[in-house]
Amino acid sequence: MSLLKCENLSFAYDGVTVVKDLNFNVEEGNYLCIIGENGAGKSTLVKGLLRLKKPSAGKVEMGADLKAVEIGYLPQQTQIQKDFPASVREVVLSGCLNRMGLRPFYSRAEKERARENMEALEILELQHQCYRDLSGGQQQRVLLARALCAAQKLILLDEPVSGLDPVATRTLYAQIALLNKKRRITVIMVSHDIDASLRDASHILHLGQEGQLFFGTVEEYRRSAVYHAFLGEKAVPMWRHAFPNKSGQAAPREAAEPTVTESSVKVSARRGRSGKHKKTT
Amino acid sequence: MLYYIVEMFSYPFMVRALLVGALVALCAAVLGVTLVLKRYSMIGDGLSHVGFGALAIASAMNAAPLAVAIPVVVAAAFFLLRLRETSHVKGDSAIALISTGALAVGVTVVSMTTGMNTDVYNYLFGSILSMSGSDVWITVTVSVVVLALFVIFYHRIFAVTFDESFTRATGIPTGMYNSLIALLTALVIVIGMRMMGSLLISSLIVFPAMTSMRLCRTFRSVMISAAAVSVVCLLLGLVISYLYATPTGASIVLCNMAAFFLYTLIAKIKGLE
Repeated sequence: MSLLKCENLSFAYDGVTVVKDLNFNVEEGNYLCIIGENGAGKSTLVKGLLRLKKPSAGKVEMGADLKAVEIGYLPQQTQIQKDFPASVREVVLSGCLNRMGLRPFYSRAEKERARENMEALEILELQHQCYRDLSGGQQQRVLLARALCAAQKLILLDEPVSGLDPVATRTLYAQIALLNKKRRITVIMVSHDIDASLRDASHILHLGQEGQLFFGTVEEYRRSAVYHAFLGEKAVPMWRHAFPNKSGQAAPREAAEPTVTESSVKVSARRGRSGKHKKTT
Repeated sequence: MLYYIVEMFSYPFMVRALLVGALVALCAAVLGVTLVLKRYSMIGDGLSHVGFGALAIASAMNAAPLAVAIPVVVAAAFFLLRLRETSHVKGDSAIALISTGALAVGVTVVSMTTGMNTDVYNYLFGSILSMSGSDVWITVTVSVVVLALFVIFYHRIFAVTFDESFTRATGIPTGMYNSLIALLTALVIVIGMRMMGSLLISSLIVFPAMTSMRLCRTFRSVMISAAAVSVVCLLLGLVISYLYATPTGASIVLCNMAAFFLYTLIAKIKGLE
């Protein structure tokens, strides 16, 4: 029995479908990376998995031993949190709320649980410090500890390394991989970082503008046409400079936001050249 | 000096003002921390203007002011909160629309009935003399309820304030707690309005929280400090108001301003900025 199974899953905003026909499943202990262009609906899918958004078609099936509330979530940071006066301990403890029922205050067991998770993520000595005074990497570890307080089996991370420096990024990836290996915690991560995804993950879900492009193990993904099309794009800029008009709106947007350009190029590359790749692979 | 203060509390209305004021200040301060952090400070301001409109209509109809104002302001609070969630109109502009609209209605009603008399002046700028016996009881009851609810839901309110989407994802009904915050805010605004005046009540919500956040680094310490600052400033404001015959609400706000600068100064000296 899968921990999580999605069948023909689609999401729509105001009747406009943004993600459609997703079919994938997550087994216990898997490490699934969701990659894809901006606007491919990664964040929408995350909301759907968390039951914050209802699917317009299809369904998300939870395994028998997983309740919807047992997903630990690491959201993208909000503006409010950047100057929020709260100690690390207060933040981590708040992850225990969902197991309190109607009890108004934390019990000893919950405080112990928070302590253990802070210890596991090496932030115990920071527990009385103010959250906003921490570095970006430390803040993410605090939020990860909170997610672990909320859930033991599955954690869902939405671009956890965005805005982190390379060292903090490496540390965070290492800690997530460790949680996955040592504690058998299932990980679902939305990521922009293809190299790290291929290194740590066990499975890849690649979303495109038209829906699901690929789902399978990392090894399968490395052999797939989608991956090679994606790799091909890394050589694309030369080609695009030579024929700026062919890439549509992609070129002017480049200066403003590189990630958008990368994904736009991906679209044009796929539309223009994916046929070729299929033949060659 | 001491003689004047003893004399001051020999008047029953002053004792009443102190008791009611301290309770209101406490409620406003703890809720204020949440509201400021959630970027809802302006909702307090908007609601107080709605409160003014409601009070004006109540006095025109000869109804009990609080009995009319509480439901109207609570309804407005829910409406504003809903508007923020499904925002076709931008939240802050919506608040401006509603608050000025309510103010206009209130002023029109007043001028068509009683005219701009002392009563209206008191609604706008507050007065410790305006508390009647029944008002005092309503205020005490409401503030005790607000404080009790706040303590019971303290950890949940923290979670909803700090990170709504995470909290919702873990199965906590955040909508309910947002509604609770809206309800408590509306109640505090209405009961505080008689003393502070509808133009000044939001200062009671915003100042203690902002002041405490200059120095304090944890949610709990911000709460405790805000409560303390709020009550001390209220006390000082009342004394000043009595000694120098200044308007009560304005005196309290001036004390809060002083506290804000004091905290800022301390933070500068300690190098926290």
